[in-house]
Amino acid sequence: MAQQVLTPERREAYWQRTSTLMWTILALWFLFSFVIPLLAVPLNSIVIMGFPLGFYMAAQGSLIAFVVLCFWNASAQNKIDQEFGVSEED
Amino acid sequence: MAYEVGKGGFLANLGKIYAGYTGGFIGFTIVLGILEQLGVPNKFIGYAFVFLTIFVYAYIGYLSRTIELSEYYVAGRVVPAFYNGMATGADWMSAASFISMAGGLFIAGFNGLGYVLGWTGGYVLVGILLAPYLRKFGQFTVPDFLGTRYEGNTARVLGVIVLFCASFTYIVAQTFGIGIITSRFLGIPFEIAIFAGLIGILVCSMLGGMRAVTWTQVAQYIILIIAYLVPLVWLSTQRYGIPIPQLTYGQALSEIAALEQQFNVVKHHTAPFTNAAGQFSWTEFNNFWALVLCLMIGTASLPHILMRYFTTPNVRQARESVGWSIFFIFLLYFTAPAYAAFAKLEVYTAVINQPIASLPAWVQNWSQVGGLLTIADADGNGIVNLTKYAIAGPALDLGELKIHQDIIVLSMPEIAGLPYVISGLVAAGGLAAALSTADGLLLAIANALSHDIYYKMIDPSASTKRRLIVARTLLIVVALIAAAVAGTRPSGIIQMVAWAFSLAASGLFAPLVMGIWWKRTTSTGAILGMLAGFGVCLYYLIATHYFGMPLWFGIRNISSALFGLPVAFLVTWAVSLVTTPPSREMQEFVDSIRVPKGEIAWVGGARAHH
Repeated sequence: MAQQVLTPERREAYWQRTSTLMWTILALWFLFSFVIPLLAVPLNSIVIMGFPLGFYMAAQGSLIAFVVLCFWNASAQNKIDQEFGVSEED
Repeated sequence: MAYEVGKGGFLANLGKIYAGYTGGFIGFTIVLGILEQLGVPNKFIGYAFVFLTIFVYAYIGYLSRTIELSEYYVAGRVVPAFYNGMATGADWMSAASFISMAGGLFIAGFNGLGYVLGWTGGYVLVGILLAPYLRKFGQFTVPDFLGTRYEGNTARVLGVIVLFCASFTYIVAQTFGIGIITSRFLGIPFEIAIFAGLIGILVCSMLGGMRAVTWTQVAQYIILIIAYLVPLVWLSTQRYGIPIPQLTYGQALSEIAALEQQFNVVKHHTAPFTNAAGQFSWTEFNNFWALVLCLMIGTASLPHILMRYFTTPNVRQARESVGWSIFFIFLLYFTAPAYAAFAKLEVYTAVINQPIASLPAWVQNWSQVGGLLTIADADGNGIVNLTKYAIAGPALDLGELKIHQDIIVLSMPEIAGLPYVISGLVAAGGLAAALSTADGLLLAIANALSHDIYYKMIDPSASTKRRLIVARTLLIVVALIAAAVAGTRPSGIIQMVAWAFSLAASGLFAPLVMGIWWKRTTSTGAILGMLAGFGVCLYYLIATHYFGMPLWFGIRNISSALFGLPVAFLVTWAVSLVTTPPSREMQEFVDSIRVPKGEIAWVGGARAHH
């Protein structure tokens, strides 16, 4: 059997941190995918630069959030990897 | 391209090579523009775009030819995050995204934004739940993961079946799209155009498999994004003096709102969740979130997308490349609503209430092309009146004007008053979008058949040479069947594409995610979960579409994963709890794919090499 790179305790801690990050981003994903777009009716009463806010969020705002979430996930997970010494040597 | 000199040289110079390619393409467009001014006929310009771009893709395909398995299946795992992001963008954005989506938003207004959200947000799920772990697993296909994690060929075969059901309708639709674009711009019959397109697909993929498809997809992304942005940037600059249409269309939206008042249009463009009468409707509200959910989960389950993350050099780059993927996809998707708004404003200001005799040139041109735009002066007053606002399938019916959704992107260069060369550019973009997606799907299907079925199940002792011959033969066979089916012009093909997302979501998402995130998931649990989820989804689709079964809770069958997905998770969970937990070895295996560094702890010790 191949050697695991972390002891069981460290592995547990590593996965705990990774899971917390996953759930955090998943919650934000839910916010921008469902909560905000579904509040479009009240949000639309605010108009910025011609855009009703509810429409803007579903057409553009949430999409920007998705891009940010993906890059943020990559960099936050890299930090966790480095902290636990499990990032790959390129 | 110096691929033949050695991949080191090629990879080290990717930036220069693709920058040179982009410059060359822009130069080529300018030269054609000059030729057009000198009186070269439009038909020649159309030919030049179609043939030159296909030639370039074929050339890249030829340079990327390979006789190595890992090059053929996963591009040698050398694709940097940034370029894998571009390739995924092209892989992802199909003819429907490029040509039809903006038109769909033009017609449906806010309600259509479900597609924009649904076809982008799924990447967040890919990035946090799947891509890095599938990359660490490091084999060739998605069914490979199922077969390993759920020990055996049952899960593997089920994976291949779901993959086939989801990807095949999708590839038929792409081939259909290629036929439409090629026939329109070359002026040849549809059936011949399909087979011309088929050659276009095969030259990209046959010799070099994933390696060839990757580097052509990067080239195709560059063309499709330039083609999508240029007409609208031009129009935005013309109208509002700012070359950022994604910012200036807010103004267009307020002008549209004012005109809607004037014309008594009750279904407002920006009003959310409205029914045909323009009233808020809970059915529309529920269908909106259900569609967003199904498209997002479907994104995270479609094998032709997931397999792109097998090609990065390491786990870290797989994660980063999810970021680049959604960034490159975002560039097109956040522009589509701007297309819709500019086109609507143009229709409301330059067509509605205008005398038929003096309509703009683009309306006259398109009203002569096969039924995409029709003007019927019902009251005979010589003016185009807006007498209603009704959605009629893929068209908008305004009473005396009927307009098909596909016109919105295709006619934008003419609306913006740009020369024909830009229309040729848009055609090249649409073709790039359709070809790149078709290639990705074709590889996903053919690789599953050649790797998972032939090699893993039929002949595990096959030589490398033989495996590559089988892989290429299957590639051609699948492509031929797809073209033959597309040639029959199957109706409702777009509808079927949307089904692909629900099918993939119901059949694959639960076993993939739970296999990584819940060690307790057992093989029996996963297999029954897949069967139940996929079964419920398929039942709902077929019963509602073909046998007139009433909709459950008013949810349209495009979102049938709304029912399949929870069933898949519940069954997998419940059955796993009552079956024997996975072996210690299997748990070690899961542990080893969760951590970027270190070797995979294969179950049963040494693992046969690919």
